[in-house]
Amino acid sequence: MDGADGLNWRAEGIAKGIPAPIALLAELTHRCPLSCPYCSNPVALAQKSKELSTDLWVSVFEQAADLGVLQLHLSGGEPAARRDLVELVIAARKAGLYTNLITSGIGLTEKRLAELDAAGLDHIQLSLQGTNAEVADRIGGYKGGFDRKMMVAGWIGDIGFPLTLNAVVHRQNLHQLPRAIEMAIEMNARRIEVAIVQFHGWAMANRDALMPTKEQAQEASRIVQEARVRLKGQLVIDYVPADYHEDYPKRCMGGWGTTGLNIAPDGEVLPCHAAQTIPSLRFDNVRDKSLSEIWYRGTAFNTYRGDGWMQEPCRSCDRKKLDFGGCRCQAMALAGDPAATDPVCVKSPLHQALQKRAVAHSQSKDAEMTYRQQPPA
Amino acid sequence: MTGGLCSTDIPVIPRGVRIHWDRVREKWVLLAPERAVALDPIGHAILSEVDGQCSFGSITSQLAEKYGAPRDQIAADAGEFLRGLMNRRFLEVV
Ligand code: SF4
Ligand code: SF4
Repeated sequence: MDGADGLNWRAEGIAKGIPAPIALLAELTHRCPLSCPYCSNPVALAQKSKELSTDLWVSVFEQAADLGVLQLHLSGGEPAARRDLVELVIAARKAGLYTNLITSGIGLTEKRLAELDAAGLDHIQLSLQGTNAEVADRIGGYKGGFDRKMMVAGWIGDIGFPLTLNAVVHRQNLHQLPRAIEMAIEMNARRIEVAIVQFHGWAMANRDALMPTKEQAQEASRIVQEARVRLKGQLVIDYVPADYHEDYPKRCMGGWGTTGLNIAPDGEVLPCHAAQTIPSLRFDNVRDKSLSEIWYRGTAFNTYRGDGWMQEPCRSCDRKKLDFGGCRCQAMALAGDPAATDPVCVKSPLHQALQKRAVAHSQSKDAEMTYRQQPPA
Repeated sequence: MTGGLCSTDIPVIPRGVRIHWDRVREKWVLLAPERAVALDPIGHAILSEVDGQCSFGSITSQLAEKYGAPRDQIAADAGEFLRGLMNRRFLEVV
């Protein structure tokens, strides 16, 4: 799209030490038949009528490949809610991208999976809300969802798609973690991602219902460690530990504006999926500018690149190249300042109060879940 | 699973893993679920011999001949490299 200009922006970026991105998460839609209470979509969901057209997504995929993106994640909401999903996969593969579908499975039929296979889809990541219908359907807020998902998993296996099972775990289903790992083996998955719920998006409103106890968090780490040894060479286990109970924060996105980017259904380009919770940031849209210009020159990307924006204690901390000061969105949510040290960090003045709050959340009784809603039409 | 491969093992790059020329960074990468692994020239040379037909023994012979290196050394290095990929489920043997 921007030809020679794209090269200029890249040269300018290289001079400033900005690497080309590796991964693009394309949120094709915020529509989803499920309503998980920890959904990472923003609380203000993008309207269906504002979603990018097929042609625009195709152009975005081509621009992304030109920019250096290797991995494309087709996500949502539920990406299968897009009627043009197969067309989009064909375009992504044509652009040379490794194409991964992140799905709940709902909306995929045997026929559609065969079409995705023919389209060249590389990999499927199937979410798991629970290991039986009772728990999974309650968490996902969708009756019959679990049985349907198991059917879809069977078709995925029959076709032979490489599969990752994606288990989001929290206080209400952590007891099912060993079974989730067993299910990954039974489904012939090569990977399982065990992610203890991260408190962004809808999950923020559900901390009382979902916060794991410290004991649960430790037990989860133990189960993962044991399974990694036992299943070496058979199942790869990626693990996201319980943030609030840790002493050091998570690495943010592998470094803000260094590795990946997200595109919201309406075309806004985000440095991370929760970036819209930082009110001071302004986001560019692929309708107005090329992806290359947005990546190298966009203010949302440049604001937290490098470490010039950091405050103490991060600024003089020897871990700043490891975790980049933690999550900007979490600093915003918990400290009210997106440039603050992530309050999960033991060096943050807010750390102790946060750990106390985490314990209180984890001990609350009979907390109601707030389910995510559907985007307006 | 540790150690190298047996000479009769036939390594296979499974579905969902691809060797890819990264035209922007101008290097070879191995693309796999959630991962893009940069391949150095040696890694690329080894994987280029993996065609799903040749045994590990014949792969090491071919590499030894091509690069004029001792066969045992190649078998040890290539075996370790491929075993590492197997542990990450980027490679299978039949
Ligand atoms: S987290 Fe749940 S509600 Fe949100 S997109 Fe995924 S499946 Fe849908
Ligand atoms: S002070 Fe900042 S850089 Fe240091 S460990 Fe904590 S969050 Fe990371």
